[in-house]
Order: sequence, then structure tokens, then C-alpha cells
Amino acid sequence: MTDKLYVSPSPHLRSGETTRRLMLDVIIALIPALVAAVIIFGPRALLIVSVTVLSCVLSEYLARKIMKRDTTIGDLSAVVTGILLAYNLPVGINPLIAAFGGVVAIVVVKQMFGGIGMNFVNPALTARIVLMASFPTQMSTWSEPFYYLKGSADAVTTATPLPSLVKGDEVPSLFHLFMGLRGGCLGEVCAAALLLGGIYLVARRVISPVIPLCFLGTVALFTLLLGQNPLYHLLTGGVLLGAIFMATDYTTSPLTFAGKIVFGIGCGLITTLIRVFGALPEGVSYSIILMNILVPHIERITRPVPFGERRRRHEKD
Amino acid sequence: MSLGFPGAKRRREGLFFPSHPFRTHGGAHVPHHKNTAGQESATMPPPAQVILPMQQHVGAPCVPTVQPGDIVDVGQVIGDSDQYIGAPIHASISGKVKEITTVTLPAGNRVAAVVIESDGEMRLCPNIRPPKVENRSDLVAAARASGLVGLGGAGFPAHVKLNIPPDKKVDTLLVNVAECEPYITADHREAIENSWAVLSGVYALKELLGLERVIIAVENNKPDVIKVLRDIADSDARDPENHVRVLPLKARYPQGAEKVLVQACTGRKIPPGKLPADVGCLVMNITSIAFLANYLKTGIPLISKRLTIDGTAIANPQNVIVPLGTPIREIIDFCGGYRCEPKKLLMGGPMMGLALVDDSLPVLKQNNAVLAFGEQEAKLAQPSACIRCGRCVAGCPMNLMPTLIERQVTLKDDKALAKLGVMSCMECGTCAYNCPAGRQLVQAMRLGKSIVKAAAASRAVHTTK
Repeated sequence: MTDKLYVSPSPHLRSGETTRRLMLDVIIALIPALVAAVIIFGPRALLIVSVTVLSCVLSEYLARKIMKRDTTIGDLSAVVTGILLAYNLPVGINPLIAAFGGVVAIVVVKQMFGGIGMNFVNPALTARIVLMASFPTQMSTWSEPFYYLKGSADAVTTATPLPSLVKGDEVPSLFHLFMGLRGGCLGEVCAAALLLGGIYLVARRVISPVIPLCFLGTVALFTLLLGQNPLYHLLTGGVLLGAIFMATDYTTSPLTFAGKIVFGIGCGLITTLIRVFGALPEGVSYSIILMNILVPHIERITRPVPFGERRRRHEKD
Repeated sequence: MSLGFPGAKRRREGLFFPSHPFRTHGGAHVPHHKNTAGQESATMPPPAQVILPMQQHVGAPCVPTVQPGDIVDVGQVIGDSDQYIGAPIHASISGKVKEITTVTLPAGNRVAAVVIESDGEMRLCPNIRPPKVENRSDLVAAARASGLVGLGGAGFPAHVKLNIPPDKKVDTLLVNVAECEPYITADHREAIENSWAVLSGVYALKELLGLERVIIAVENNKPDVIKVLRDIADSDARDPENHVRVLPLKARYPQGAEKVLVQACTGRKIPPGKLPADVGCLVMNITSIAFLANYLKTGIPLISKRLTIDGTAIANPQNVIVPLGTPIREIIDFCGGYRCEPKKLLMGGPMMGLALVDDSLPVLKQNNAVLAFGEQEAKLAQPSACIRCGRCVAGCPMNLMPTLIERQVTLKDDKALAKLGVMSCMECGTCAYNCPAGRQLVQAMRLGKSIVKAAAASRAVHTTK
């Protein structure tokens, strides 16, 4: 034995799971929705996704550089944020606005709070809300499915089915909604593709199905109680994208099992209330952001009881 | 998550043999690597000299009872302690005491050690005879005299465990054959090669301690052990009242950890800071029980140990029965030496074992494996930021939140740490195994415990002043 030995604390065996691999799985799960978006809204969808991904990765790189911290673009989390941001934008959006969204998501929401694992709200959703407030017209101009095949250079605008649904107007058939043949943000329309991605994430054990099931279940139950068709509510707006990909964001959702249930139900409840009673047509982003802010409190009340302790100790502090 | 269904509690209280293990929280699917399970153990010839450190157990270190130059026989007491929590140490070979030196044990503590030079005779100490054991106090005295400590790895003196306080009613003996650490097969081989001794030890303990049921808990990745032990335990001749049964457990790390094992077998939960006796259980490792049976029969104290020698850097992985105090280097040479440059040497399994600084250290009573790994397995991953994925929380068998504890450790907040239950952590390593960010969570838990202990100690000082 000539050389020196490594000495380190146990365990000396690791599962081999890495942050990068988890993020790569999320990216893989997002691909079906990207394919659907390109088919439904044309190659411009790909352009918007590329712009936001590039903007996010570049912002992360420069922000870390300026703050004199290690580069973290290798963990692929900026790529995930970029894709999710693009999925929350209308396909006709000005690419410069999309790029600005990426800067907001990464610099303001993520890096200014300490980078991966430290942001308290979802970066992509917060960026979407900032863009909605800053560019309301651009952010609510929806393109009709397959407008790019109709030969006109400009996007044909259409209404999204959700406001019509709440008002009781005519809406596309459930099959059209399931396949994504409707107006809306570029990544949220195709329910089939989103569900496929969700099944992949659960099967790979990247996410626990608790949050999506509680979120969607609550939306279904409450819309039913309010006398609306729950299936239409599940297949319109961004609820599937939100429940599967945004509410399950590790950093901004509770660590505990019970906390995930509370979080999912809370998201579903707020979404339904905004949709049915609020002035806004859609409430998924706001519901998730509001629940994000409550995460530390949810974790405090749902802290698991350590093994063998009879009940939670109530301490005053 | 346990949901406390009505009736569940009542069902748990009665004494019965569960057909399936009770549900436990968390754990991880670690790779088994039980490469040596099918091989007969080899017996190593006595080495030229042995080094016997005076601390091979939890508790007070022993004081050497021999002087340099003394001639000692196999099984002669060479170190003892007058403290209750302690166990005597016996010469594992015959020969001359060369010197009394100081060694640094894997945990970092420095203790005295008796070095014996072999005369090659392996002459048995003349006053070795089977102990007379008729009642519980005889058994406790015999266990102390045998030098037995928990052979599963903890090294807790067996006589302390067997001396059940009169105010505690123990009804169940759990024989721990879970052996959930990867690579290690020492208990596995003990069960196969010494199954008679196992059952004989079980009955001796059952009679002497007045126990009502015995559950032999085996992880289901050892079907041959389950079969061998069932053949004996289920025979009407040996166990007419059927008080001894084998319970196959899920092969899920850390199934063999005391608290997890008690819950899986009986549904009882040991409260923090309590012992199995507090919930009516006695947990003993299979090798400890087999040793005790042999001791009652022959009177030969604890002088040798079966070790699993494995890992990617070992030429011929196998189980070896070695005299205690044999330098690790010689055992590895007996197994064909190193296959490649060793980069990490472990005493114990890869999940909870200690990394050694060199291979000259001697084998201790509670050791059950020596693993050597090459560069690839030894490489240390650079930890990255916690992404709050929750895998440490979902996997913790003690239902703790390791990532939140780690954060409080950096803040050195002893009150928050105590509230998060850091003292319940048994350092099984499931959290760090699962962590995608490669964080050293076990190290953080250990730091957290010492912060809580230090704060409690300083509070005690302040209140006495």
C-alpha cells in the first residue's frame, strides 16, 4: 500500500442520482409537449422555447460570474426554467419580451435569492406574472391552432376556451381539448402530451404524484360542486402544466408528504376560486405562487413526528 | 405514513407471530453485493502477533492485567474493567506479551493495546471450562466472563443487555439476521455453518430469561438462511410449542437497525433515548447468539471472529475466521492481497462503516467486515446545493428532516436542532445515499448531535453555578 487512502464520513455508497440527471428527466418529460406545440403552433414555438432557454442559461451564467460564484449551468435547471417559461407564453409573443422573461426568472427570482434551491417562488411562473403585468396585450393575444398553415404572415387571434367556459359560451369538444386543438399558451394546450410527461416523471420517481393528484382532484371536485363540468376545467387553461410541472418544483413545494397534500389542495382551491369568481380568466400561476409563499408554514405544521415520539411537541417560539 | 386505523393498536398489543413484517417508514434500495454468501468460510492460521486494544466495546476501556514478558494462553483474560458497562478481553493466541502500546482506533480514540507474540502452539488456557448456568444471574455473569459484546457492529456489552431490570417485562427475543449492509455476509455464513448453535442459543436464552416468543428476522434476500433456520425452528421435536419462528423481512436498508427491526417484527416503536427492553424486546445478533451457545458448551471466550473480506480491491473475496487482534493487512494477504491499488479501506459496511487510514489496525470484537475499494468507488463527489427534492425526508427511517437539520447545523441553533429530533438520528446514511446533490448529511447530523450535547452540557454547568 504505497499511496494514501481516502477517509470520509459514511456512507461510502451513493445512489448515483444527481441533480443534473433529475433535471434531464424533467426536460425529457417536457419534450412531448414541445412536439405538440410545434405541430399545433408551428416552428415559431421552437423559436420561443430556444429564446427563453438561451436567455435563462445566459442569465444564470452571467449572474453567477458577476456574483463571483461557481457556474451552475451544468445542473440544467436553467434549461428547465427556460422551457417552462416558454410554455407559459403565447406563441405570437415578441422574442425580446420572452428573453426579458428569462432574465427576470433567473436573475431576479432565482439568483438574487441564492441560486438553485433557495428561491421561494417558482421562477418561470413569477416571470410570467411580471410579463402579464408589463405587456398585458402581448401576453393575451392567442393564436389559433394551425394558423401557420393558413398562409397568412400574421397570427390569427382567437379566444381561449376558459373564459367562454366560465361564461357558459360554446367551447371546443373534450377531444379537441385533450389533443390541444385550442388557443392558449404554447406548452399548456396539449393535455395528452403533458400527461405523458407526467407519467414519465412519476414512473422515474422524479416527482411524487401527490401534488398533481391533489391539485387536479381539488379542481375537479370544486368545479363539480360549483355546477361546472370538471373535465373542461381540467383540460383548459394551464392547470395540467401547472399541476404536473410547476407545482411539483422541488424548491418551492413542501418536503413532507402531508405538506404536499396541503399544498396540492391549496393550489386547486385557489385556482378554482380565481377561475369561477375572480376577475382573471386563469388562476393557475397565482395559485401556485401564493402556495409557494406558504411553503415554510405548511412545512412547519406538517413536520413528521420523529420515530417513537408520541405526538408533536408544542413549543412556544 | 401510519394512519392509525382503529383496531390497529389493539392488534399490535397482543403477543402473536406476524405473518408479514409491520410497515416501517423510509429506507433505501441499496445494491446487495452479497458476493461471498455462497462460499464456505476459511479459517486463518494464527498470525505471528496480535494487537489487542483495550477498548473493543461501548463503555469503559479495560486495564491490562498482564505485563510485558508474561506468557499467556488462548482464552486467558488480559484486560478487564471494574465498570459495569465493559467487557473483559482475552488472549486470542498463546505466546509472550511483547509490549503494551497505544493504538488509534478507527473512531479516532487512542487506547492501550496488549501485543502478544505467538509461540505457534495455540495452547488453550487450562482453567477454561463450561460455565454453570442455571438461572438468569448465572447467564449474565457468564455473558460478562465470555467477553461478549454486540457482534452486529455496535459492540454493546452483552451482559448489560441480558441483565434486564426487574421493572421491565421482556417477552420477545428478536434474532437479528437482517444483515442489511451491502457486501457483508458474516451473519449469513454463521446461520448456514452454525445453525445448530443458533437454535441452541435461542432456546437457552428463551428458557433462562423466560421469554414467550422468539422471532428470527431475516431479510428475504437470503432464502437459503430462511430455509435452514425454518427447517430447525419449525420442527416439532425441537420446538413443540412453536415459540420460535422465522420472519422474512423486506430487503430494504436499514432493516437491521435495532429500532427499525423491532418495529418491523412487533409493531412496537422504541421512543427516542429508550432501549428495546422498554418495549419488551431483546434484540441480539445471530452471531452473538451462536457464540453464547458455544460458550455455554465449551467455555471458550470471544477470541475469534468471522469477517467478510470483500470490495473491488480484494483479490479473493471471502469470509475468514480470524483471531481477534490480527492486523487487517495479514487478513487481506490471506485473501490473495490487493487486486489493485486500494483507495478506500472500510471497517464495516459501506453504509455505516468507518474509513481507515491504514491497514495495520487490528481486528476488533465488533468488526464484521473489511472492505477495500479502488479509485472509482473511493472517489468523493463534490456536494452541490440542496434542491429540496425531499428524498432525505422520504427515506429517513427515523422520520426526521435531514435537509432542515443540515441548515440548522450551519446556523448552530441547538434549540431548533433538538426540536427537529436530531438526537434520534442513528446515522444509517439513507439520507446521504439518496441525496442527488451529494451532500454529506450524516456528517451534518453528527455535528448537529454534538451541538445539542454541548449546549446541554453548558446549560448544566450554568445551572450548577
